[in-house]
Amino acid sequence: MTTRTTFLSALPTPKRLGYSFNLTGRIGLAVILFWAFIAIFGPLLAPYPAGEIVDWDYFGPMSDKFWLGTDYLGRDILSRILMGTRYTVGISLAAVFISVAGGVILGMIAAVTGGWFDMVLSRLLDAFNGIPSLLFGLVTVAAVGSSIPVLVLTLAAIYLPGAYRFARALSVNVNTMDFITVARARGETTVYLIVREIFPNILGPVLADLGVRFVFIVLVLSGLSFLGLGVQPPNADWGALVRENIEGLSFGAPAVVFPSIAIATLTISVNLFIDNLPTKIRDRSE
Amino acid sequence: MSHSRITVRNLKIGATTDSGRRVEIIKGVSFDIAPGEIVALIGESGSGKTTIALSLMGHTRSGCFIEEGNIHLGDAEITSMSERARASLRGTKVSYVPQSAAAAFNPSKRIMDQVIEITKIHKLMPRDKAEEKAVELFKALALPHYDTIGSRYPHQVSGGQLQRLSAAMALIGDPDLVIFDEPTTALDVTTQIEVLRAFKSVMANGGISGVYVSHDLAVVAQVADRIIVLKGGVIQEEGTAEQILHNPTHSYTKELLSAFEPVLHEAIVSPTAAKHTAPILEVRNLFAGYGPVHNGEPSAKILKDVNLVLPRGRNLGVIGESGSGKSTLARAISGILPPYRGEVLIDGYEMPHALKSRSKEELRRSQIVFQLADTALNPAHSIGAILGRPLTFYHGMKGAERDARVVELLDMVRLPANLRHRLPGELSGGQKQRINLARALAADPDLILCDEITSALDTVVAAAIIDLLKELQRELDLSYMFISHDLSTVEAICDDVLVMYKGEVVEALPARDMSSKAEHPYSKLLISSIPQLDTGWLSSLEQDPDLVAEFALR
Repeated sequence: MTTRTTFLSALPTPKRLGYSFNLTGRIGLAVILFWAFIAIFGPLLAPYPAGEIVDWDYFGPMSDKFWLGTDYLGRDILSRILMGTRYTVGISLAAVFISVAGGVILGMIAAVTGGWFDMVLSRLLDAFNGIPSLLFGLVTVAAVGSSIPVLVLTLAAIYLPGAYRFARALSVNVNTMDFITVARARGETTVYLIVREIFPNILGPVLADLGVRFVFIVLVLSGLSFLGLGVQPPNADWGALVRENIEGLSFGAPAVVFPSIAIATLTISVNLFIDNLPTKIRDRSE
Repeated sequence: MSHSRITVRNLKIGATTDSGRRVEIIKGVSFDIAPGEIVALIGESGSGKTTIALSLMGHTRSGCFIEEGNIHLGDAEITSMSERARASLRGTKVSYVPQSAAAAFNPSKRIMDQVIEITKIHKLMPRDKAEEKAVELFKALALPHYDTIGSRYPHQVSGGQLQRLSAAMALIGDPDLVIFDEPTTALDVTTQIEVLRAFKSVMANGGISGVYVSHDLAVVAQVADRIIVLKGGVIQEEGTAEQILHNPTHSYTKELLSAFEPVLHEAIVSPTAAKHTAPILEVRNLFAGYGPVHNGEPSAKILKDVNLVLPRGRNLGVIGESGSGKSTLARAISGILPPYRGEVLIDGYEMPHALKSRSKEELRRSQIVFQLADTALNPAHSIGAILGRPLTFYHGMKGAERDARVVELLDMVRLPANLRHRLPGELSGGQKQRINLARALAADPDLILCDEITSALDTVVAAAIIDLLKELQRELDLSYMFISHDLSTVEAICDDVLVMYKGEVVEALPARDMSSKAEHPYSKLLISSIPQLDTGWLSSLEQDPDLVAEFALR
């Protein structure tokens, strides 16, 4: 019995490694995992083909046949939400990773290098930041035409300057610490300084920033789709679903309510998860 | 004891830690303070001296609470009062002089408005009366331009003046008790003297009781009538200043005193000195500065024509006050701040000025250790990774070989091997500074530049670090350049001393007889300003006022 308990207490569970986190964070993570699962397997679970008109009635109520009602053409909303998950989650995730990765890398380089490189890059991205995001998205998508790579890159470009500013501000603070001076005096390269000395110390805030930025991107993507520039019919992301069925709002149709709920659950749970990350990751700099 | 102004009986203060555990910080402390008496609370960091001082105002830091015992101020019992009643006492019966006056003043308001704020809050007197009284206090505190200084902003006066102004702020409400919380720790020694004198004279004239919190026995000896020695929240010894200094009974007090007594450094004969004729470090006509560069010269010039020679196996001390350029000298030698003129030779080889143009081998030979041990260690790396990196970087060590060397390095600085799995945040200040030393040693250097490495540590801990440095020097044939503002530390480890003033070396002296052989007026002033472990030192100290006016950065 004693050997068994000592064996168990030696297991590196998240709790013993200091990576446990509270209930709110776990709920957030569970919802994220649920949507990730739907994004991958959703189309297989859909009761009807997403683009097919299956009901003669439009804005149908919730029923045994159509769990979440039908849309303005009589298509099954459940199937369409399951199909839309892939677009919303996929495009937003890709865009947020590109923007935050790009912003953080550039921000750290700017902070460590300093001088004219920092100044030119900062002013350039500041100028870019001055363009209203939705307007920029509208113009690009209207000019180049809407496709998924174009959407991902446009969204990433819109949010890169913000991520850059954030990461640069954090890195500048870390860069003045004595341990950076020690590493410089040792003769370390810029790459080592960025990857090993600075990055671990800004990771926590950067992750929190990633969560917030993900939410913004989901909302802007939904906005673009709402304006008809996002994912093109017959496919649709969640934002497009809301737009298609906006007339159903006055009937209280489930066709407009459920895509909105889907957007809300994803964005809120990402925030809950990020805000309740394990302390070991979140407060590394302390 | 009915005449005591303050009586503290069986005071116990507890705290809740971040992990929710309850700990006792103050474990049953009792003492009295008579009217007009100044009592010093002395001890190292974590001994509870500030916690006790704050509790006399009925205040505890967040997370702390008074568990037991009582504090009487006159007839009032502070411990049983409501927060509102305590607030009415603060400023009128008890007042507080903080460690950093610069942080305690609001930079956007005029000094006068802040000094008389207490009279406004407690409605003690009309504004013009209050201002009159403030000017009187400024005069008593020997502030220059006492009639107009109040109309300035905090950044327009010096650090020493600001500290005296914060004392004026504390005294304006005619308190019975003033709490001084390390008020001169952040000041330079030449400035400290004037501030201490001013404090002493106003306190003596007003018959006010005082509590003086400090870790510096020599400073306390000048001010206090009685000394209470604390450790771990328990009173170790209590007695008059004379008795504590000259006749301590408790072993801890003796330890504190012996850590203060400079043990003169014996020069070590380097085993390799005969082979190397070139000095380990030589600096010729060095100029360095900060800011934008015009015509090859930076706009803010700090170092001017610095020359020094450090023979192998010897130690060089660099002393001076803040702003004298001693840290800049270390940075210029190590290449962190490239000098714009002059030469740095290590072991006879000229070093390129900029860090980038120095080779790995050139960088390896001189290592630098900084004052603040916590900011010099990356909080995200384990101790093993911190010590392992220079091994990989300079010597290409990997895997088991590197791990074995890390354990060896930890053993060299007298730390247990299992510490390598910890993060810097889990170590004490002294341990962190040992890790910083170990990291420098990992490079196998010939020269270590020590930039105020013991200044942020408690006396006893600092003395242990000095002993360690000496031991390492014997074993590893090292040379140190030791930068400090603390002369007794410099005496304890250095063979020679450079005195710096405003970026220039004003005098080079052998460390053993610094005080007797100093010739330059500034060196004399600096050396005579170091507080001595003698209660009569401050009152008998005589300094040439012209000298003071010329050199002291008051």
